[in-house]
Amino acid sequence: MSYAADVVALARKDLRLELRARDTLPAMALFVVSTLVVFHFALPAGADELAAQGLLWVALVFTALLGLARAWAPERESGALEGLVLAPCDRSAIWLGKALSVLVFLTAIEVVALPAFAQFFSPVGWETVAGVALANIGICTVGTLLAAMAAASRTRELVLPLLFLPLAIPLVVGGVGASVSEEPGRFLAFLGLYDALFAILCWASFEYVVSE
Amino acid sequence: MIAARALEKRYGAKRALRPVDLDVERGGFVVVTGANGSGKTTLLRLVAGLAAPTGGELEVDAERGGLGFLGHEPLVYRDLTAVENLDLYGRLYRVPERRERVGMLLERFGLWEARNDRAGSYSRGMLQRLALCRTLLHDPELLVLDEPFTALDSAGAELLDRLLEEVAGTRTILLSTHDPTRVAPLATGGLALA
Repeated sequence: MSYAADVVALARKDLRLELRARDTLPAMALFVVSTLVVFHFALPAGADELAAQGLLWVALVFTALLGLARAWAPERESGALEGLVLAPCDRSAIWLGKALSVLVFLTAIEVVALPAFAQFFSPVGWETVAGVALANIGICTVGTLLAAMAAASRTRELVLPLLFLPLAIPLVVGGVGASVSEEPGRFLAFLGLYDALFAILCWASFEYVVSE
Repeated sequence: MIAARALEKRYGAKRALRPVDLDVERGGFVVVTGANGSGKTTLLRLVAGLAAPTGGELEVDAERGGLGFLGHEPLVYRDLTAVENLDLYGRLYRVPERRERVGMLLERFGLWEARNDRAGSYSRGMLQRLALCRTLLHDPELLVLDEPFTALDSAGAELLDRLLEEVAGTRTILLSTHDPTRVAPLATGGLALA
Protein backbone atom coordinates (compact mmCIF):
# COMPACT_ATOMS: atom_id res chain seq x y z
CA MET A 1 0.00 0.00 0.00
CA SER A 2 2.81 2.39 0.90
CA TYR A 3 4.52 1.48 -2.39
CA ALA A 4 1.44 2.61 -4.31
CA ALA A 5 1.24 5.77 -2.18
CA ASP A 6 4.88 6.57 -3.03
CA VAL A 7 4.24 6.03 -6.74
CA VAL A 8 1.16 8.26 -6.65
CA ALA A 9 3.00 10.99 -4.70
CA LEU A 10 5.89 10.95 -7.17
CA ALA A 11 3.64 10.94 -10.27
CA ARG A 12 1.50 13.72 -8.83
CA LYS A 13 4.63 15.76 -8.22
CA ASP A 14 5.56 15.45 -11.92
CA LEU A 15 2.07 16.42 -13.07
CA ARG A 16 2.13 19.42 -10.74
CA LEU A 17 5.55 20.45 -12.05
CA GLU A 18 4.33 20.23 -15.64
CA LEU A 19 1.12 22.13 -14.95
CA ARG A 20 3.18 24.85 -13.35
CA ALA A 21 6.17 25.07 -15.69
CA ARG A 22 4.49 23.91 -18.94
CA ASP A 23 7.87 22.86 -20.26
CA THR A 24 6.99 19.62 -22.01
CA LEU A 25 3.35 19.21 -23.05
CA PRO A 26 3.03 22.30 -25.28
CA ALA A 27 6.29 21.42 -27.03
CA MET A 28 5.16 17.83 -27.59
CA ALA A 29 1.75 18.94 -28.90
CA LEU A 30 3.26 21.45 -31.29
CA PHE A 31 5.83 18.92 -32.46
CA VAL A 32 3.37 16.14 -33.20
CA VAL A 33 0.91 18.40 -35.03
CA SER A 34 3.61 20.10 -37.11
CA THR A 35 5.17 16.72 -37.93
CA LEU A 36 1.81 15.46 -39.19
CA VAL A 37 1.40 18.64 -41.25
CA VAL A 38 4.86 18.14 -42.77
CA PHE A 39 4.04 14.50 -43.55
CA HIS A 40 0.74 15.58 -45.06
CA PHE A 41 2.55 17.72 -47.59
CA ALA A 42 5.51 15.39 -48.01
CA LEU A 43 3.43 12.30 -48.81
CA PRO A 44 2.71 12.15 -52.54
CA ALA A 45 -0.93 12.57 -53.52
CA GLY A 46 -2.57 9.20 -53.87
CA ALA A 47 -0.17 7.47 -51.49
CA ASP A 48 -1.81 4.52 -49.83
CA GLU A 49 -3.04 4.27 -46.27
CA LEU A 50 -0.24 1.92 -45.27
CA ALA A 51 2.35 4.62 -45.77
CA ALA A 52 0.26 7.08 -43.76
CA GLN A 53 -0.02 4.60 -40.86
CA GLY A 54 3.75 4.26 -40.82
CA LEU A 55 4.13 8.02 -40.64
CA LEU A 56 1.74 8.19 -37.68
CA TRP A 57 4.03 5.89 -35.73
CA VAL A 58 7.13 7.83 -36.73
CA ALA A 59 5.46 10.99 -35.42
CA LEU A 60 4.40 9.32 -32.17
CA VAL A 61 7.79 7.76 -31.44
CA PHE A 62 9.68 11.00 -32.02
CA THR A 63 7.16 12.99 -30.00
CA ALA A 64 7.60 10.51 -27.16
CA LEU A 65 11.36 10.94 -27.48
CA LEU A 66 10.93 14.67 -27.03
CA GLY A 67 8.97 14.11 -23.82
CA LEU A 68 11.39 11.50 -22.53
CA ALA A 69 14.32 13.84 -23.07
CA ARG A 70 12.68 16.24 -20.58
CA ALA A 71 11.42 13.57 -18.21
CA TRP A 72 14.24 13.80 -15.66
CA ALA A 73 15.03 17.47 -16.22
CA PRO A 74 13.51 18.66 -12.90
CA GLU A 75 15.57 16.11 -10.99
CA ARG A 76 18.72 16.98 -12.93
CA GLU A 77 18.42 20.73 -12.40
CA SER A 78 18.55 20.64 -8.63
CA GLY A 79 20.00 17.26 -7.79
CA ALA A 80 16.59 16.17 -6.55
CA LEU A 81 17.12 12.64 -7.83
CA GLU A 82 19.68 12.15 -5.06
CA GLY A 83 17.08 13.33 -2.58
CA LEU A 84 14.68 10.68 -3.87
CA VAL A 85 17.37 8.00 -3.90
CA LEU A 86 18.17 8.73 -0.25
CA ALA A 87 14.53 8.33 0.76
CA PRO A 88 13.61 4.96 2.28
CA CYS A 89 11.04 4.18 -0.41
CA ASP A 90 11.61 1.38 -2.89
CA ARG A 91 13.69 2.93 -5.68
CA SER A 92 11.58 1.29 -8.36
CA ALA A 93 8.74 3.55 -7.15
CA ILE A 94 10.75 6.51 -8.47
CA TRP A 95 10.83 4.90 -11.92
CA LEU A 96 7.19 3.86 -11.83
CA GLY A 97 6.02 7.30 -10.72
CA LYS A 98 7.97 8.91 -13.54
CA ALA A 99 6.74 6.35 -16.10
CA LEU A 100 3.15 7.02 -15.04
CA SER A 101 3.53 10.77 -15.48
CA VAL A 102 5.15 10.29 -18.90
CA LEU A 103 2.25 8.00 -19.79
CA VAL A 104 -0.23 10.73 -18.87
CA PHE A 105 1.66 13.27 -21.00
CA LEU A 106 1.88 10.92 -23.97
CA THR A 107 -1.79 9.98 -23.76
CA ALA A 108 -2.74 13.66 -23.59
CA ILE A 109 -0.70 14.32 -26.72
CA GLU A 110 -2.32 11.44 -28.56
CA VAL A 111 -5.74 12.88 -27.78
CA VAL A 112 -4.57 15.70 -30.05
CA ALA A 113 -2.48 13.64 -32.47
CA LEU A 114 -4.99 10.96 -33.46
CA PRO A 115 -7.78 13.37 -34.47
CA ALA A 116 -5.16 15.43 -36.33
CA PHE A 117 -4.04 12.28 -38.16
CA ALA A 118 -7.65 11.47 -39.01
CA GLN A 119 -8.06 14.98 -40.36
CA PHE A 120 -4.93 14.91 -42.54
CA PHE A 121 -4.83 11.26 -43.61
CA SER A 122 -7.43 8.64 -42.83
CA PRO A 123 -9.86 7.66 -40.07
CA VAL A 124 -8.39 5.99 -37.02
CA GLY A 125 -9.80 2.55 -36.20
CA TRP A 126 -10.06 0.84 -32.84
CA GLU A 127 -7.05 -1.31 -33.76
CA THR A 128 -4.86 1.76 -34.04
CA VAL A 129 -6.17 3.18 -30.76
CA ALA A 130 -5.54 -0.13 -28.99
CA GLY A 131 -2.08 -0.36 -30.57
CA VAL A 132 -1.22 3.17 -29.48
CA ALA A 133 -2.45 2.51 -25.93
CA LEU A 134 -0.35 -0.64 -25.61
CA ALA A 135 2.69 0.92 -27.27
CA ASN A 136 2.43 3.85 -24.84
CA ILE A 137 3.06 1.51 -21.94
CA GLY A 138 6.16 0.10 -23.61
CA ILE A 139 7.44 3.54 -24.59
CA CYS A 140 6.99 4.87 -21.07
CA THR A 141 8.46 1.93 -19.20
CA VAL A 142 11.53 1.51 -21.41
CA GLY A 143 11.90 5.19 -22.24
CA THR A 144 11.79 6.35 -18.63
CA LEU A 145 14.53 3.93 -17.63
CA LEU A 146 16.72 4.85 -20.60
CA ALA A 147 16.09 8.55 -20.00
CA ALA A 148 17.31 8.11 -16.42
CA MET A 149 20.46 6.42 -17.73
CA ALA A 150 20.98 9.16 -20.31
CA ALA A 151 20.36 11.92 -17.76
CA ALA A 152 23.58 10.97 -16.00
CA SER A 153 25.54 11.50 -19.22
CA ARG A 154 26.92 14.81 -20.49
CA THR A 155 25.81 13.82 -23.99
CA ARG A 156 22.28 12.89 -22.92
CA GLU A 157 20.69 14.41 -26.05
CA LEU A 158 22.67 11.94 -28.16
CA VAL A 159 22.56 8.98 -25.81
CA LEU A 160 18.80 8.81 -25.33
CA PRO A 161 17.81 8.38 -29.01
CA LEU A 162 20.67 5.93 -29.53
CA LEU A 163 19.41 3.79 -26.66
CA PHE A 164 15.70 4.26 -27.15
CA LEU A 165 15.11 3.99 -30.89
CA PRO A 166 16.44 0.43 -31.30
CA LEU A 167 14.24 -0.72 -28.43
CA ALA A 168 11.25 1.12 -29.92
CA ILE A 169 11.45 -0.85 -33.18
CA PRO A 170 9.32 -3.74 -31.87
CA LEU A 171 6.73 -1.22 -30.70
CA VAL A 172 6.56 0.33 -34.16
CA VAL A 173 6.34 -3.12 -35.74
CA GLY A 174 3.53 -4.11 -33.38
CA GLY A 175 1.72 -0.78 -33.68
CA VAL A 176 1.84 -0.59 -37.47
CA GLY A 177 0.94 -4.26 -37.68
CA ALA A 178 -2.09 -3.78 -35.42
CA SER A 179 -3.16 -0.78 -37.53
CA VAL A 180 -2.93 -2.40 -40.97
CA SER A 181 -3.15 -6.15 -40.44
CA GLU A 182 -6.30 -8.16 -40.94
CA GLU A 183 -5.45 -9.95 -37.72
CA PRO A 184 -4.66 -7.11 -35.32
CA GLY A 185 -5.03 -9.39 -32.29
CA ARG A 186 -1.65 -11.04 -32.95
CA PHE A 187 0.12 -7.70 -33.00
CA LEU A 188 -1.75 -6.41 -29.96
CA ALA A 189 -0.76 -9.55 -28.08
CA PHE A 190 2.84 -8.98 -29.17
CA LEU A 191 2.68 -5.43 -27.82
CA GLY A 192 1.18 -6.70 -24.56
CA LEU A 193 4.00 -9.24 -24.22
CA TYR A 194 6.60 -6.54 -24.90
CA ASP A 195 5.01 -4.31 -22.26
CA ALA A 196 4.94 -7.04 -19.63
CA LEU A 197 8.50 -8.21 -20.31
CA PHE A 198 10.09 -4.76 -20.35
CA ALA A 199 8.03 -3.46 -17.43
CA ILE A 200 9.45 -6.26 -15.27
CA LEU A 201 12.99 -5.72 -16.59
CA CYS A 202 12.85 -1.96 -16.04
CA TRP A 203 11.23 -2.31 -12.62
CA ALA A 204 13.98 -4.69 -11.51
CA SER A 205 16.89 -2.77 -13.00
CA PHE A 206 16.12 0.84 -12.01
CA GLU A 207 17.84 0.33 -8.67
CA TYR A 208 21.13 -0.26 -10.54
CA VAL A 209 20.60 2.75 -12.80
CA VAL A 210 20.44 5.17 -9.87
CA SER A 211 23.17 3.44 -7.86
CA GLU A 212 26.71 4.32 -8.74
CA MET B 1 28.02 3.95 13.95
CA ILE B 2 30.42 4.65 11.09
CA ALA B 3 33.53 2.56 10.58
CA ALA B 4 35.80 2.98 7.59
CA ARG B 5 39.07 1.26 6.91
CA ALA B 6 41.36 2.38 4.09
CA LEU B 7 38.29 3.83 2.43
CA GLU B 8 39.19 5.10 -1.00
CA LYS B 9 37.45 6.53 -4.04
CA ARG B 10 38.79 6.83 -7.56
CA TYR B 11 37.16 8.03 -10.73
CA GLY B 12 39.24 6.23 -13.33
CA ALA B 13 42.82 7.32 -12.81
CA LYS B 14 41.82 10.30 -10.69
CA ARG B 15 41.87 9.75 -6.93
CA ALA B 16 39.00 11.62 -5.26
CA LEU B 17 39.71 10.32 -1.75
CA ARG B 18 43.00 8.96 -0.45
CA PRO B 19 42.70 5.87 1.78
CA VAL B 20 41.23 7.01 5.06
CA ASP B 21 40.22 5.42 8.39
CA LEU B 22 37.24 6.79 10.26
CA ASP B 23 35.34 5.79 13.39
CA VAL B 24 32.27 7.63 14.61
CA GLU B 25 30.57 6.37 17.75
CA ARG B 26 26.80 6.59 18.14
CA GLY B 27 26.11 10.10 19.38
CA GLY B 28 29.52 11.29 18.20
CA PHE B 29 30.21 14.53 16.37
CA VAL B 30 33.11 14.29 13.97
CA VAL B 31 34.33 17.28 11.99
CA VAL B 32 35.99 16.66 8.64
CA THR B 33 38.41 19.32 7.44
CA GLY B 34 40.76 19.64 4.52
CA ALA B 35 41.70 21.80 1.60
CA ASN B 36 39.58 22.04 -1.54
CA GLY B 37 39.81 18.77 -3.44
CA SER B 38 40.98 16.78 -0.42
CA GLY B 39 37.93 14.53 -0.61
CA LYS B 40 35.58 15.88 2.08
CA THR B 41 32.52 15.81 -0.13
CA THR B 42 33.49 12.43 -1.56
CA LEU B 43 33.84 10.97 1.94
CA LEU B 44 30.45 12.28 3.00
CA ARG B 45 28.79 11.02 -0.18
CA LEU B 46 30.31 7.58 0.44
CA VAL B 47 28.92 7.54 3.98
CA ALA B 48 25.51 8.65 2.70
CA GLY B 49 25.50 5.85 0.13
CA LEU B 50 25.41 8.23 -2.82
CA ALA B 51 28.70 6.89 -4.12
CA ALA B 52 30.33 3.49 -3.96
CA PRO B 53 33.88 3.05 -2.63
CA THR B 54 36.55 1.75 -5.00
CA GLY B 55 38.74 0.49 -2.15
CA GLY B 56 38.68 -0.28 1.55
CA GLU B 57 35.72 -1.03 3.78
CA LEU B 58 32.83 1.07 5.01
CA GLU B 59 30.14 0.19 7.53
CA VAL B 60 27.33 2.58 8.36
CA ASP B 61 24.96 1.38 11.03
CA ALA B 62 21.94 3.39 9.92
CA GLU B 63 19.10 2.62 7.58
CA ARG B 64 18.35 4.86 4.63
CA GLY B 65 15.40 6.38 6.45
CA GLY B 66 17.59 7.18 9.42
CA LEU B 67 20.07 9.29 7.52
CA GLY B 68 19.83 13.01 6.84
CA PHE B 69 22.14 14.28 4.12
CA LEU B 70 22.91 17.89 3.31
CA GLY B 71 25.07 18.29 0.23
CA HIS B 72 26.13 21.11 -2.05
CA GLU B 73 22.81 20.93 -3.93
CA PRO B 74 19.57 21.56 -2.00
CA LEU B 75 17.98 18.40 -3.51
CA VAL B 76 14.62 20.15 -3.85
CA TYR B 77 12.42 20.87 -6.87
CA ARG B 78 12.73 24.47 -7.99
CA ASP B 79 9.19 24.62 -9.40
CA LEU B 80 7.62 23.35 -6.19
CA THR B 81 7.04 25.54 -3.16
CA ALA B 82 8.84 24.93 0.10
CA VAL B 83 5.72 23.30 1.55
CA GLU B 84 5.23 21.06 -1.48
CA ASN B 85 8.87 19.97 -1.45
CA LEU B 86 8.82 19.11 2.24
CA ASP B 87 5.42 17.45 1.95
CA LEU B 88 6.75 15.19 -0.82
CA TYR B 89 9.80 14.19 1.21
CA GLY B 90 7.63 13.81 4.29
CA ARG B 91 5.47 11.31 2.47
CA LEU B 92 8.44 9.35 1.16
CA TYR B 93 10.04 9.28 4.64
CA ARG B 94 6.68 8.42 6.26
CA VAL B 95 7.00 11.30 8.68
CA PRO B 96 4.25 11.12 11.31
CA GLU B 97 2.19 14.31 11.70
CA ARG B 98 3.85 15.53 8.53
CA ARG B 99 2.11 18.88 8.19
CA GLU B 100 2.86 19.93 11.74
CA ARG B 101 6.50 18.90 11.36
CA VAL B 102 6.84 20.77 8.05
CA GLY B 103 5.26 23.89 9.55
CA MET B 104 7.45 23.73 12.62
CA LEU B 105 10.66 23.44 10.58
CA LEU B 106 9.69 26.20 8.15
CA GLU B 107 8.94 28.49 11.05
CA ARG B 108 12.12 27.60 12.85
CA PHE B 109 14.27 28.25 9.79
CA GLY B 110 12.55 31.54 8.99
CA LEU B 111 10.83 30.35 5.81
CA TRP B 112 7.22 30.42 6.99
CA GLU B 113 6.40 33.67 5.20
CA ALA B 114 7.89 32.30 1.97
CA ARG B 115 6.42 28.83 2.37
CA ASN B 116 4.20 29.11 -0.70
CA ASP B 117 6.90 30.59 -2.95
CA ARG B 118 8.64 28.37 -5.45
CA ALA B 119 12.05 27.18 -4.31
CA GLY B 120 13.45 28.51 -7.59
CA SER B 121 12.69 32.05 -6.45
CA TYR B 122 14.65 31.61 -3.21
CA SER B 123 18.05 33.17 -2.60
CA ARG B 124 21.02 30.82 -2.10
CA GLY B 125 20.76 31.28 1.66
CA MET B 126 17.03 30.51 1.70
CA LEU B 127 17.66 27.40 -0.39
CA GLN B 128 20.24 26.28 2.16
CA ARG B 129 17.68 26.80 4.94
CA LEU B 130 15.15 24.78 2.95
CA ALA B 131 17.76 22.07 2.42
CA LEU B 132 18.31 21.97 6.17
CA CYS B 133 14.55 21.58 6.70
CA ARG B 134 14.59 18.66 4.25
CA THR B 135 17.58 17.10 5.99
CA LEU B 136 15.96 17.30 9.44
CA LEU B 137 12.39 16.55 8.39
CA HIS B 138 12.41 12.88 9.38
CA ASP B 139 14.45 13.45 12.54
CA PRO B 140 17.36 11.28 11.36
CA GLU B 141 19.66 9.48 13.78
CA LEU B 142 22.69 10.15 11.54
CA LEU B 143 23.33 13.60 10.10
CA VAL B 144 25.82 13.94 7.26
CA LEU B 145 26.34 17.65 6.64
CA ASP B 146 28.62 18.88 3.90
CA GLU B 147 29.64 22.47 4.64
CA PRO B 148 26.26 23.30 6.14
CA PHE B 149 27.15 26.93 6.91
CA THR B 150 27.65 27.72 3.22
CA ALA B 151 25.49 30.62 1.99
CA LEU B 152 23.83 31.15 5.38
CA ASP B 153 23.74 34.70 6.70
CA SER B 154 24.74 35.35 10.31
CA ALA B 155 21.19 34.73 11.58
CA GLY B 156 20.97 31.46 9.63
CA ALA B 157 24.39 30.37 10.86
CA GLU B 158 23.41 31.10 14.47
CA LEU B 159 20.23 29.13 13.95
CA LEU B 160 22.28 26.20 12.74
CA ASP B 161 24.68 26.61 15.70
CA ARG B 162 21.73 26.30 18.10
CA LEU B 163 20.34 23.33 16.25
CA LEU B 164 23.68 21.50 16.34
CA GLU B 165 23.92 22.21 20.06
CA GLU B 166 20.49 20.66 20.56
CA VAL B 167 21.13 17.49 18.61
CA ALA B 168 24.78 16.95 19.57
CA GLY B 169 25.03 13.87 21.76
CA THR B 170 21.64 12.51 20.82
CA ARG B 171 22.34 12.27 17.09
CA THR B 172 25.45 11.11 15.30
CA ILE B 173 26.92 13.89 13.22
CA LEU B 174 29.55 13.88 10.47
CA LEU B 175 30.14 17.42 9.32
CA SER B 176 32.62 18.92 6.90
CA THR B 177 33.65 22.54 7.16
CA HIS B 178 36.39 25.03 6.38
CA ASP B 179 35.78 26.68 9.74
CA PRO B 180 36.25 23.95 12.39
CA THR B 181 36.48 26.50 15.22
CA ARG B 182 32.77 27.21 14.81
CA VAL B 183 31.76 23.69 15.82
CA ALA B 184 34.84 22.81 17.89
CA PRO B 185 33.04 23.02 21.30
CA LEU B 186 30.56 20.35 20.16
CA ALA B 187 32.95 18.06 18.31
CA THR B 188 33.98 14.72 19.80
CA GLY B 189 36.52 14.04 17.09
CA GLY B 190 38.07 15.29 13.92
CA LEU B 191 39.45 14.05 10.66
CA ALA B 192 41.83 16.14 8.61
CA LEU B 193 42.04 15.05 4.99
CA ALA B 194 45.24 15.68 3.10
